[in-house]
Amino acid sequence: MTSRTSRLAGTGTLLRFALRRDRALIPVWVAVNALMVLSMPNTLKTLYGTPAGRAGLLHQMATDTSLRAMVGPVFDDSLGALTAWRVGVYAAALAAVTSLLVVIRHTRDEEESGRQELLSSGVVGHRAPLTAALLAAVVANAALGVLIVVGLAGQGVAGALAFGLGVAGAGMVFATTAAIVAQLTENARLTRGLTAAVLGAAFVLRAAGDSATDDGSSLLTWLSPLGWLENLRPFAAERWWVLLLFAAAVTFQAVLAYELAGRRDIGMSFLPTRPGPARGRLGTAGALAWRLQRGSVLGWSLGFFLAGVVYGGMTDGAAKLVGDNAKAREIFQRMGGQSGLTDAFLAAMVGMLGLVAALYVVSSVLRLNGEETSGRAEPVLAGAVGRLRWAAGHLLISFGGSALIMLLAGLGFAVGYGRQIGPVLAACLLQVAGVWVIGAVAVLVFGILPRGAMAAWGVAGAVLLIGWIGPALNAPRALLDLSPFAHLPKLPGSGMQWGPVGVLIGLTLTLVACGLAGVARRDLSV
Amino acid sequence: MTKAITVAGLHKSFGRTHALDGLDLDVEAGEVHGFLGPNGAGKSTAIRVLLGLLRADAGAAQVLGHDPWRDAVQVHRRIAYVPGDVTLWRNLSGGEVIDLYGRLRGGLDTGRRDELTERFELDPTKKGRTYSKGNRQKVALVAAFASDVDLLILDEPTSGLDPLMEEVFQACVEEERDRGRTVLLSSHILSEVEELCDRVSIIRKGRTVESGSLAELRHLTRTSVSAELAGPPNGLARLPGVHGLDVQGHRVRLQVDTDQLDAVLRSLTASGVRSLTSTPPTLEELFLRHYQDGTEGVPA
Repeated sequence: MTSRTSRLAGTGTLLRFALRRDRALIPVWVAVNALMVLSMPNTLKTLYGTPAGRAGLLHQMATDTSLRAMVGPVFDDSLGALTAWRVGVYAAALAAVTSLLVVIRHTRDEEESGRQELLSSGVVGHRAPLTAALLAAVVANAALGVLIVVGLAGQGVAGALAFGLGVAGAGMVFATTAAIVAQLTENARLTRGLTAAVLGAAFVLRAAGDSATDDGSSLLTWLSPLGWLENLRPFAAERWWVLLLFAAAVTFQAVLAYELAGRRDIGMSFLPTRPGPARGRLGTAGALAWRLQRGSVLGWSLGFFLAGVVYGGMTDGAAKLVGDNAKAREIFQRMGGQSGLTDAFLAAMVGMLGLVAALYVVSSVLRLNGEETSGRAEPVLAGAVGRLRWAAGHLLISFGGSALIMLLAGLGFAVGYGRQIGPVLAACLLQVAGVWVIGAVAVLVFGILPRGAMAAWGVAGAVLLIGWIGPALNAPRALLDLSPFAHLPKLPGSGMQWGPVGVLIGLTLTLVACGLAGVARRDLSV
Repeated sequence: MTKAITVAGLHKSFGRTHALDGLDLDVEAGEVHGFLGPNGAGKSTAIRVLLGLLRADAGAAQVLGHDPWRDAVQVHRRIAYVPGDVTLWRNLSGGEVIDLYGRLRGGLDTGRRDELTERFELDPTKKGRTYSKGNRQKVALVAAFASDVDLLILDEPTSGLDPLMEEVFQACVEEERDRGRTVLLSSHILSEVEELCDRVSIIRKGRTVESGSLAELRHLTRTSVSAELAGPPNGLARLPGVHGLDVQGHRVRLQVDTDQLDAVLRSLTASGVRSLTSTPPTLEELFLRHYQDGTEGVPA
């Protein structure tokens, strides 16, 4: 009896400590998720206000397999059911991401950094760290669940309860998955990657199952925790017993995680880090930069190619769906282009990928900053490596990499859509001009004001917000024009204009030159 | 003799902090030069100026005959640098990093690298994140000693090494000297510097307070003498350079400025010496006197 309680000693303290450290992370993720869900009934009301419009949507979903793969099947035409249909998968996936981040942050991250060793030398039982991490995830998912239940209660209490429990349940399933993976590897980054891969696989299984059947009855859908939510059928004659699946999965995975954790030493793992080569082939700063960034280039390339395939595949269906609805058509045209709904849809999707590519270019440029502030750049620059050559090695990957991932997105569209290959490819490559300006701003900040280098994230975030939300909010032109992407011609559809593109490229060159001049002149921060 | 490093009147400020305040430094080619000072004295800042990583506000610095800021790349081909706190890339093995550092300099002697890896008992196949502090330091040391360069700049390189590895390190530095290379060794570990260095510069608050060979610096130090005499001591208190005289019957304990030792010994032998212990001056004392107070005990 004593041993059972002592194994959990310190859990309360660790949990309070975890929640204190997550005081920004958990509220932000939960709030974004809840806002996405709770704003949906109103949006749907404006888009599909009439029963006829909703009936048309149901009919559309019954016949369009590619769109069903993206969002799942619809079971009823009430606003509640439509909300659960439209955001269910994404709310569950977002809850899963929040949960995996929280759990890994308080388990493998702590062990890898060595901080756990110091904590565990105090009055902390063997099971306390994992328990505290899982409880932190429980707190996050419970808060999200309560917000959803309360916020959607107006659409039907039973449905809101089922939906809130389902989303929170999906979050906890992936929290316990993360708890298992955290026992397997010593590397927190790899733990996050592997758990995210499990989540991606769950999404793909559900998408495949839903494209095959229109009622979620495919075995593939049942294999995915993300598919259980639709099978719970919130707001459409709830099947409460599906909640037992969530409970069983959480229990099983938690028991497994505790079993594994009990069989290993602190800091160790079941899949030990593989040794590397005793001899190296890296010989230049450029080769080093490529070695450090190649994994991320590969990941982004793959992601953008798949996104291209998926968006390409749903282009026809989406254009049809949007075509039936005047309001949606108007929004799409404001976001994308003037002529032809297919073109408008393609332009909107390509533009969205361009905005996301801005995040890649910032993360890649700021590798320079990471190398400098960590002290890893110092011995490299104490070698026969000029600063410009060192910076150029990374920047080549940043700027070349953004062109590469947009090219691959274009090829993805070619595979998924198969028509207008040239124009869509051109539209994708055109985005690179906008992406580069954001990258050039990051270079400038890094070169002139290295301490404020993280401000580049703020610039990318602002451009993202302007691009995603600005048009829907009818934001003033002057604000929209702050984003370089606003000046790109909306390909395909409208005609090519070289003028603005030339200006953006000239701006890129100027900013990069100023940034590099700063890098060459300033002290290395140490 | 040619100079490997010359520094005159170097100034460097970070905001309101004067990290270097008129630093002078001369390192002859082929010598092992100790660069001593407490934490925060400006050693690392000076070294980063010598590496062209920081730009001096005023003063002149030459490394191997070049301006380290302007001709950084040219100079770096002939320099190997070991920082006091080595950070490695998480996913590169120690061996990969050693070879990379070597190639980024003038090149690497692979035979020497293998020999050094063995002597430092370093496992080069481990990944960066799995090395302990001492082992990360060994990665940089192996790369530096195996590099084909003329000048080694070592900034408190032995932090985290155990005493056995410290011995290997000292042997390596001596081998470097025998091969005619120049070593600038920054340290606050006095025994290390005393063991290895031909000449020493002591810096404090960004200034050079003392510079010279160990023999030259000994005039600043006091030797402790304790003796048992045949008869009562005579006239010791009147001799110049005698401090802390303590006479109890025939037993005498005193400290004497090392350059006045001869007169004290004459006086002692005049009384007849039964036993004598004398403790040689250490840099420790020299060091302590420089840092306890800025002026006291620095007659030169």
